[in-house]
Amino acid sequence: MTLGFYPGCSLKGSSREYAESVLAVAKAFDIHLEEIKDWNCCGATAAHNMNKELSLALPARILSLAEKQGLTEIVVPCAACYSRLTVTKHELSENPALKAVVTEANDLAYTGSVSILNIVQMLDKYIIPNLEGRVVKPFDHKVACYYGCLLVRPHEILKFDREEDPQSLDALMLKAGATPIDWAFKTECCGAGLSVSRTSSVGRLSGKIIGDAKDRGAEAIIVACPMCHSNLDMRRDAINAYLGEKVDIPVLYITQAIGLAIGLDRKALGLQRHFVKVSV
Amino acid sequence: MSSDTHHSGISGLGGEVLGHTDVKVSHCYQCGKCSAGCPLSEEMDYPPSVIMRMLQTGNPDLEDKVLRSLSIWVCLTCEMCFARCPMSIDIPKMMDFLREKSLNEKKSNPKAKEIIAFHKSFLDSIKYTGRLYEIGLFVDYKARTLKILDDLALAPKMMKRGKLNIIPELIKDRSGVAAIFRKANKKNKN
Amino acid sequence: MSKIGVFVCHCGENISSTVDCEKVAATVGKYDGVAFSVDYKYMCSDPGQSIIKSAIAEKGLTGVVVAACSPRMHEPTFRKVCAEAGLNPYMCEMANLREHCSWVHEKGEATTEKAIDLVRILVEKVKYNQSLSSIKVPVTKTALVIGGGIAGIQASLDIANTGHKVILIEKDPSIGGHMSQLSETFPTLDCSQCILTPRMVEVAQHPNITLYTYAELESLEGFIGNFKARIRKKSKSLDEKLCTGCGLCTTKCPTKKIPSEFNEGLGNRTAIYVPFPQAVPNKPVIDRIHCTYYTKGKCRICEKVCPTGAIRFDQEDQIIEVEVGAIVVATGFAVKQPDFFPEYGYGKYADVITGLQFERLASASGPTLGEIRRPSDGKIPEKIVFLACAGSRDPAKGIPYCSKICCMYIAKHAMLYQHKVHSGKSYVFYMDIRAGGKMYEEFVRRAIEDDGVNYIRGRVSKIYEKNGKLIVNGVDTLLNAMPVEIEADMVVLATAGVANEGAEELAQKLHISYDPYKFFAEAHPKLKPVETNTGGIFLAGACQAPRDIPESVAMASGAAVKVAGLFSQDELTREPIIAVVNRQAAPVYSSCVGCFLCVSACPYQAIEKEEIKNRNGEVIKSIAKVNPGLCQGCGTCVAFCRTKSIDIQGYTHEQMYTEVMALLNEY
Repeated sequence: MTLGFYPGCSLKGSSREYAESVLAVAKAFDIHLEEIKDWNCCGATAAHNMNKELSLALPARILSLAEKQGLTEIVVPCAACYSRLTVTKHELSENPALKAVVTEANDLAYTGSVSILNIVQMLDKYIIPNLEGRVVKPFDHKVACYYGCLLVRPHEILKFDREEDPQSLDALMLKAGATPIDWAFKTECCGAGLSVSRTSSVGRLSGKIIGDAKDRGAEAIIVACPMCHSNLDMRRDAINAYLGEKVDIPVLYITQAIGLAIGLDRKALGLQRHFVKVSV
Repeated sequence: MSSDTHHSGISGLGGEVLGHTDVKVSHCYQCGKCSAGCPLSEEMDYPPSVIMRMLQTGNPDLEDKVLRSLSIWVCLTCEMCFARCPMSIDIPKMMDFLREKSLNEKKSNPKAKEIIAFHKSFLDSIKYTGRLYEIGLFVDYKARTLKILDDLALAPKMMKRGKLNIIPELIKDRSGVAAIFRKANKKNKN
Repeated sequence: MSKIGVFVCHCGENISSTVDCEKVAATVGKYDGVAFSVDYKYMCSDPGQSIIKSAIAEKGLTGVVVAACSPRMHEPTFRKVCAEAGLNPYMCEMANLREHCSWVHEKGEATTEKAIDLVRILVEKVKYNQSLSSIKVPVTKTALVIGGGIAGIQASLDIANTGHKVILIEKDPSIGGHMSQLSETFPTLDCSQCILTPRMVEVAQHPNITLYTYAELESLEGFIGNFKARIRKKSKSLDEKLCTGCGLCTTKCPTKKIPSEFNEGLGNRTAIYVPFPQAVPNKPVIDRIHCTYYTKGKCRICEKVCPTGAIRFDQEDQIIEVEVGAIVVATGFAVKQPDFFPEYGYGKYADVITGLQFERLASASGPTLGEIRRPSDGKIPEKIVFLACAGSRDPAKGIPYCSKICCMYIAKHAMLYQHKVHSGKSYVFYMDIRAGGKMYEEFVRRAIEDDGVNYIRGRVSKIYEKNGKLIVNGVDTLLNAMPVEIEADMVVLATAGVANEGAEELAQKLHISYDPYKFFAEAHPKLKPVETNTGGIFLAGACQAPRDIPESVAMASGAAVKVAGLFSQDELTREPIIAVVNRQAAPVYSSCVGCFLCVSACPYQAIEKEEIKNRNGEVIKSIAKVNPGLCQGCGTCVAFCRTKSIDIQGYTHEQMYTEVMALLNEY
């Protein structure tokens, strides 16, 4: 089968291992992910911080392109892109005047017909039903599932999982043979877009997250967002400085963990690209 | 500050917030749950509930302080405040509006220089290529902030792990994306 | 020729600020049949009433239209005025210029025009009004009290002490309600059980009170003075006459791990149980959901050990029917389980508890015998945090109102904790302290000043557990929203008071109204706080809104006086607004053709068949007949009648048609 695919910028650059693992897992279950042609950046945090219209017009262009290509369902693995696309779809359906302005800016037809799946929804819908019998190397570790902000908030718009103590990633990891732990920082922010411009803040916020996971005996942290991953993985020096100790718990994308469980090659899943060595 | 410190939050900036975002500052009853859950609260000059209070007064001096605050820029739009607000006040949406207004009125806090520079570099990158070009972003950001030495060690490590593209990914319809920027910016200035 | 008087009221400024009352009076004064028209500032006041009376006398008025507020408010007032002036009270009509016009429209021409229209239709209607006389019905001088908490107990005792009979029903196995669960009471710190249990005993022993516990209202028919209530006495699996309350069965019952409702789940009970040692009646019931005999078909140990052979496994629910003249609803409230606060971890962390659970911990009759110990490990908490408004004043969680009692009980809890754990530290997170009540503010100050409770103004965002401690994240909004993090051993949530489960269903059985939160609605928020909109049914206590003990008791006594007032009369006067089937001269007798659709349509079983016989006793026609004692004037039969043979007195077809035509015709 074929699903639409919006990788977003990170998955083409600093988080390419996320794309690699998404594509590898999809392929293992005979799912073809068809990339939206000539897609653009969703504008991420920068656009809605600076200019509202831009923050809607950029995602609207992506959704229009998907419509034009005849895609009805698109997978958006990046939680930030997922959030921007979903918020845009919601705002344009609620506000016809805004829709007119935005489509005018884009010069592309937009009907809002494309449904948007985040990675958890995609796995739940298309992978999990066929997972039985495929788990050859159960991911037999204590894992802290980290959801971050944009996968679950704002609930009124995303209507995904629940805002406090969400469970969807935990349920997936349980199926992959892991032991998800109960911990306190599932949805606390990692520092997100301040990674470059205010690294010390990221060290503190991500430090609290890593610290709690460590205290509760997590052997790996599972994420579904490139921004969370880059902060928790690439900013480990700042985190360790905040914690005052060297913590080497690896951070895996959900698709990497599932990929390992179904016996995919570590390299195909991009595990070698992490800053913190993936020893699990 | 004038002797008449409390005006009405419905006029002034509070009224503008209402007009642009549907957020009613009068709905806030100052419970502080937003500030208690805000991960950045302690780095802010005014925590979110205090920003709400300042807007409620309708006092022009306090409104000016809001637009010049660091708070609106360190806010990460993580949405925790909105998720837990007993009055369902969409503070993140309001923050978006305040940031845009602060920029337009050239009131942005000097300490937010790096944060704003990063956003600008980010947007410039996609304006010209359609997609984010991470090396370009870093170079542009460093040029804007003169923080040449920060994160210098990061790039080679990323490069080694294949996490940085040497050549930007260019989309075909770059003029289309440029047009979106042009139109959005034009509206913004008006 | 009609001579109608029109009296336009300004209602202070309520009407006159948007309606030109002078113009209304002047315009209407010119209509056919209007003999007198005037406006006045307060028509309901003594001078206003005099204007009406003298106009009736001097102008010989045949009908009166008072254009003022809602008839709900003052129709009885003005009808009485007319009667005093010698005019049949049902010749008086009210045009509602306040709720239907001035309050809902801006000032302007159109508003005044609408006011004129509203008056005109009633001027036309009143021309067709007929003199009516009120209906007399007998009163059954027995009261039904629903709910055996402190409000129901007080109402029952007060009514019984006036010499009237009371039937008190309680759904649980014992009376006592929430008050029996409380430790000490604010603001005096007297022991709740010590002041309550004597009253419970008094109820059980009072010659005028019949107590049915483990019983619920099944259905209700009838009207003020003449209700018929069906009561379901749930099977206790026990012959109460034989049972001596020795308690042997409860000690031998092997099913011992059922969370005790009385202890809010902090202790266990057996399947055959008495909820608490001071229960009234002090006789057990079998909880069939948990009893091994009912679930698995064997055990019967209680039956074997019972010295009097009182256990009855095959006992069925019993429905009894009682006739009562008045009802006091005192069904109380429930505490909202705070599991809708996932950020506070209730249900997930054993040491995050509700206020009512804290009461049980602090109570001498509780699971810890009054020592404050953590549910998780039994340790005495060194740091305890109380959260006010855990549910209340929180529209996002669905409860916008203030639960009113929490500020006081939290202060009490913190105080009790400090008295019991001298080295302990207590913190209260609050938004506002609402301590309006006699000695209430002083009580809160005592907690802060004398007992050293730390009050922090701010709402908590999150609670999580770490290394056996509960980490509480809040702020101090009085210090620029400074973050406050407390590592607590126990957290108490001041959960919202909400309507009882099933409140809506009960209200529908009783035909009383309720508010959006399912609390029962009083007839008037200020002047009729214990009455409902249904005659003969009164409210007491927290079923109407969250209330503390003194308020509940005061309300119960108020309701009891209303019942006693009702019972002081042998007959009641009812409005003659009832349906009548027309009667005509022989040989037609009535336009009713005897289809009897109305009989099946009537919700009050008020219509019966009447046989018209000739001199020889032969039936020549069957027609419908309305029993005026039962008819509530709802009008359903009128809509069903195919031959338009039924009219509601005071709202006849002719009158309704005239009103519509008055609006449509040009003037």
